[in-house]
Amino acid sequence: MKEIRVSAIIQAIEKLCIQACYNLGDDVKNLLDTAREREESPFGIRILDQLLENINASRENQLPLCQDTGMAVIFMEIGQDVHITGGSLQEAVNEGVRRGYQKGYMRRSVLDPLKRTNTGDNTPAVIHYEIVEGDQLKIAVAPKGFGSENMSRLTMLKPSDGVEGIKRFVLDTVIQAGANPCPPIILGIGIGGTMEKAAFLAKKALLREAGKPNPKPEIAGLEQELLQAINNTGIGPQGLGGRTTALAVHIDTYPTHLAGLPVAVNIQCHAARHAEAIL
Amino acid sequence: MIKSIKIPEDIKLLEDLRAGDIVQLSGIILTGRDAAHKRMMDFLDRNIPLPFNLAGQGIYYTGPCPAAPGKIIGSCGPTTSSRMDSYTPRLLDLGLKFMIGKGLRSREVIGAMIRNKAVYLAAAGGAGALIAGCVKKAEMLAFEDLGPEAVYRLEVENMPLITAIDSLGNNLFEIGPKQYRL
Ligand code: SF4
Repeated sequence: MKEIRVSAIIQAIEKLCIQACYNLGDDVKNLLDTAREREESPFGIRILDQLLENINASRENQLPLCQDTGMAVIFMEIGQDVHITGGSLQEAVNEGVRRGYQKGYMRRSVLDPLKRTNTGDNTPAVIHYEIVEGDQLKIAVAPKGFGSENMSRLTMLKPSDGVEGIKRFVLDTVIQAGANPCPPIILGIGIGGTMEKAAFLAKKALLREAGKPNPKPEIAGLEQELLQAINNTGIGPQGLGGRTTALAVHIDTYPTHLAGLPVAVNIQCHAARHAEAIL
Repeated sequence: MIKSIKIPEDIKLLEDLRAGDIVQLSGIILTGRDAAHKRMMDFLDRNIPLPFNLAGQGIYYTGPCPAAPGKIIGSCGPTTSSRMDSYTPRLLDLGLKFMIGKGLRSREVIGAMIRNKAVYLAAAGGAGALIAGCVKKAEMLAFEDLGPEAVYRLEVENMPLITAIDSLGNNLFEIGPKQYRL
């Protein structure tokens, strides 16, 4: 049994929030670089150049990459041999978010859904807990902006819709989203499970190193096929026309019921921020 | 070719911009997003004059990050303009001349833009740190209680923009993607 104190968790989450919002990972930056090389549209080239400059400006001038520093989505993979001590885990996570957003001068965007009154400190976070084997605690922080979150969709397809139905739904979601999610985008797609499982898979697929294919060849093939189809829409950077609408498609699957085929599409903008730590 | 435009001096030039024209904007702009628009509508509904004049001005749809000590402003990229669509025609009829944001506008907004010879300029969504570098001055103007959604008066220099919808209703969001569809 390994003991982890909540104070260590608070500290880790505070750091990860700031790190995610200020330093876009090289995985996304490399994909943007490649897209810039291939882009043909003059507007597309201009926008991609600005996004690359923005990454540098953010690192050099110590400014958050994007002003929508998002709602903090936290994935906790808790080893079953870990014992958390010193207080409430949930409070520790929220305290970490609170401190991170304050110290990092990040925007507080979280509010009551009906009254629309801001909580003032970007809490509560959306926390996903998973119990796994081992004695480690893995924390991933993925601040999610809502320009792209708002364009995400979920559907319960019929089994007879099959792979073709999935492709149609994904493409339709991207076309409907158009310029709104700040293309170029990354798609997280969850196929199978139940309604909420599909949504969870879609969100978690976005944690994957951007552009890394699913280990299963047939799923990786579907990822590539969808990426191609999305880029053929011509939507382009910021929806102004071009070859780069998506940088990557990440699909994860889970067995489902014989009567159903849930599909969730979580749209992530190019500000694909995530940071991880293991305690 | 890049067109340099200074506000308010060159405000008349805006109506001659055409969809696809690259613009570098300098001068004065106001900020405002969802909550500020809602507040403006409340004022207008109750016949209370707005605390600032919109005629001949432009609104930049943004909700900046708080400024760190020693900084003029935090990251301040554009937000999705379509959320302001239901409020915008009314503001255009009051003399609003340009809007800066990201993403599509509704048919009603485009109609009101044509009617009032206004333009809609697109900024790169997500380029918040880059655009913060163009802001030379930021001043709280109204609705301070709205926090990041308050109305600021910004002085910008060479803000990089693309004319997305012009005063004739030409729409780059339609023209552009059609050209690259396979
Ligand atoms: S969609 Fe993403 S890049 Fe665009 S404003 Fe929101 S967080 Fe920023």
